[in-house]
Amino acid sequence: MSAHLDVAVIGGGPAGLSAAIELKRQGIARVGLFERESEAGGIPRHCAHPPFGLREFGRLLTGPGYARRLVALARTEDVEIHCNNSIVGFEYQNSGVKLLITTPAGLAHITARRVLLATGTRETTRAGRLLPGERPLGVINTGALQAYAHMERRLPFERPVIVGTELVSLSAILTCRSMGAYPVAMIGEEAEVLARKPLFLYPRLLGLPVLTGTRIVDIEGNPRVSAVTVEGPDGSHRRIACDGIVLSGRFTPESSLARLAGLGIDPKTGGPIIDNFGRTTHPCIFAAGNLLRPVETAGWCYREGRLIARQILRDLQEGLPDASQLGEIQVGEGIRYAAPQRVASPSGGMDCLQLRLERPFDGWLTARDATGRLLAREKIRSRPERRILLPLPASGPENLIRLSLEDRA
Amino acid sequence: MTADILIIGAGVVGCATARRFALEGASVILVEKGADILSGASKANSAILHTGFDAPPGSTELACMQAGYAEYLDIRERFNLALVETGAMVVAWNEAEEAQLDAIEAQARENRVSDVSRLDRAAILAREPNLSPAARAALLVPREHVIDPWSPFLAYMIQAKALGARFLFQTEVTGGQFDGEAWSVETTNGIFRARTVINCAGLFGDIVEQALLGEAHFSIHPRKGQFVVFDKAAAALVKTIILPVPNERTKGVVLCQTAFGNLLVGPTAEEQEDRLRATTASDTLKALIDKAVTMVPALEHMPVTATYAGLRPASDKKPYRIRVEPDRNWITLGGIRSTGLTASLGLAAHALELYRAMVGAKPDWRPVADPLESPVPNLAENRPRDWSKPDHGAIVCHCELVTEREIREALEGPLPPGDYGGLRRRTRCGMGRCQGFHCQARVAAMSEGRLRVPMVPEGGAA
Repeated sequence: MSAHLDVAVIGGGPAGLSAAIELKRQGIARVGLFERESEAGGIPRHCAHPPFGLREFGRLLTGPGYARRLVALARTEDVEIHCNNSIVGFEYQNSGVKLLITTPAGLAHITARRVLLATGTRETTRAGRLLPGERPLGVINTGALQAYAHMERRLPFERPVIVGTELVSLSAILTCRSMGAYPVAMIGEEAEVLARKPLFLYPRLLGLPVLTGTRIVDIEGNPRVSAVTVEGPDGSHRRIACDGIVLSGRFTPESSLARLAGLGIDPKTGGPIIDNFGRTTHPCIFAAGNLLRPVETAGWCYREGRLIARQILRDLQEGLPDASQLGEIQVGEGIRYAAPQRVASPSGGMDCLQLRLERPFDGWLTARDATGRLLAREKIRSRPERRILLPLPASGPENLIRLSLEDRA
Repeated sequence: MTADILIIGAGVVGCATARRFALEGASVILVEKGADILSGASKANSAILHTGFDAPPGSTELACMQAGYAEYLDIRERFNLALVETGAMVVAWNEAEEAQLDAIEAQARENRVSDVSRLDRAAILAREPNLSPAARAALLVPREHVIDPWSPFLAYMIQAKALGARFLFQTEVTGGQFDGEAWSVETTNGIFRARTVINCAGLFGDIVEQALLGEAHFSIHPRKGQFVVFDKAAAALVKTIILPVPNERTKGVVLCQTAFGNLLVGPTAEEQEDRLRATTASDTLKALIDKAVTMVPALEHMPVTATYAGLRPASDKKPYRIRVEPDRNWITLGGIRSTGLTASLGLAAHALELYRAMVGAKPDWRPVADPLESPVPNLAENRPRDWSKPDHGAIVCHCELVTEREIREALEGPLPPGDYGGLRRRTRCGMGRCQGFHCQARVAAMSEGRLRVPMVPEGGAA
């Protein structure tokens, strides 16, 4: 492995791979990609269903097929891919960053002029959800479910309850059925299902009750799950016999390396604070993909990786605009998050703010400066699961941009 | 064959006691109803090595804690056991609590913990800048430390096993008779003969007495404690153990780093009748997080890595419930609450003294002159972990940086785990922020056919 890199990409999912490919294509000589798993490809490796790759490769692929093509492309472009390599430390130097890495052979370190974090996302755990009850075997996320199906060819249960009503929750049902397991119920805390409603024809055809406005109030079982008790929207309790629980969705950025690197974290997205060039609070460290916010498609992350790679290229070649004059984005009530969180200069990089709402809303999304002057507005009619894009506004006095939901602007 | 000693329960007290008697040259059988060591009350505690500064003066509890503390420090290097020298502060958050610090300090001095000192607000914040300035005053107890609460007992059991002790898991005691010479102890796994029984059955200590002696001298009233473990990013925020001013019933909610580089808040103290179900409650967990944020404001928005609940075997009275029945060759070490982690080695030595007094004569055991002390793998963050050493295979659990070699060696080791929980306690796999999102399936594959309670049941869908 080269001891000195121009760019070290951390994470070999769609964002990291596309960024590494783009950097090589643009003529950057020393690009190394570090992947902690035994093979690159990221989350799509475990998503054994279409649709992946329509925009990138012009054909319909399953997740594993898409992952393989991305990795093959990276190899064609001579990206050094180091699997089973975990970053365990960051040290800042004058000309870049020194990374401490644990490899199967032992400890190693490399220096890089720029680092791109593309460590992706995962689902919120049982602990992160503060779920009540006992802690038996068989309470797992969809990610672990897919890994069981993919690697073990066996599931730790036969009759699980699926928690969540996102797209990934439907994927969890598919995975269970493909392995011969029969989910017994699907429950969601929200008043309505989160993925698009027509998709719920699928669980209904399977005879799977979909209980919305419903939360878990107890988990029973020792050593394995034997039942969950749920509370419905009317406050009534219902005990459902089952032998497992799949906690699906509620993605959260895998920001542990961002924290280890001492970067500023946005509590709203859970990911590192970035500007429109993908630059974090440290000028040598960039971030892209689902580390930035939960959660977008593989295709979106692929394009984002490529876009941020171009900003890194510009930074290495001519320097990006000064990071000291940043417009800060503040989000108001009803807005779950907005990324990027800072605007360095509205020329170049991401041309839109990405937002999600906390509740359905029909009205105006506005961006105002510190004095209340309108900088930008957009008529929206949206729901929490939908992405909203607002063209990047220029910041006004005091470098502040306030985003809010207004009935009339 | 009739053993010298049969120990009921492989919690912290049973494991330490098995080691102590094995070192004396006794033949030891240990029966445990769970699938692994530490599978009851002992699996959930706050992992503090206590000085005994606030224990009742003159009590057996205090004597055992101080003896256990000293022995732990004496043997820990040879077993490769962790010690994080944090110190503790008993923090007064209001005037009434501040008024109690004098009495706590006097008690500490009476208990021969004389290196305590008082801190004012400025001194508290100089030591712990992230603590809320609402802290008014504190008593600093420099020798309160944090340890790995599981590895020591693995080490003790491996040593006892090397000395010939026998362990039987998934073996629940159902009854027994004493014939004047020896006990015949009936279990779900057969009948075992032993001259003396030592009851270390924790949450079931009174039930075991009832079943074998015909009456129990105490009653267990399980006290539930819920805990929240924050992300590793939080561990840098507070170095010192933050203790509240205690009340009569409990030491109260503690905020402290763990040996594994996390920050822990808990436990609650909730009385319940059920001895088996240790459940978390969402509102209580939220309240613990709020309490932690009040103490350390920078914890706001800090991700939660784990939540859990444990049951402490509190009894109808506060002191340890120790009983010797000389006519029936019986010793009970009961009602051992949260101080049991520290006191375990001291309790084991105390049990040996009680045994000697009980039998009157010195048993013809030959103490082991040069006991095998094999180091256990280090899991603590303050010394080198396996991932920093060559040829570890690969990282399997990314959050806790657990290597393939560590998992393989635990599974093939001298005391292999009986269930997934036991494997987690031996290696930390699946204990981190993703709670097995990435590694659980892999660990299930690696442990297949090796656990008494398999991760994937026979009937699992395939």
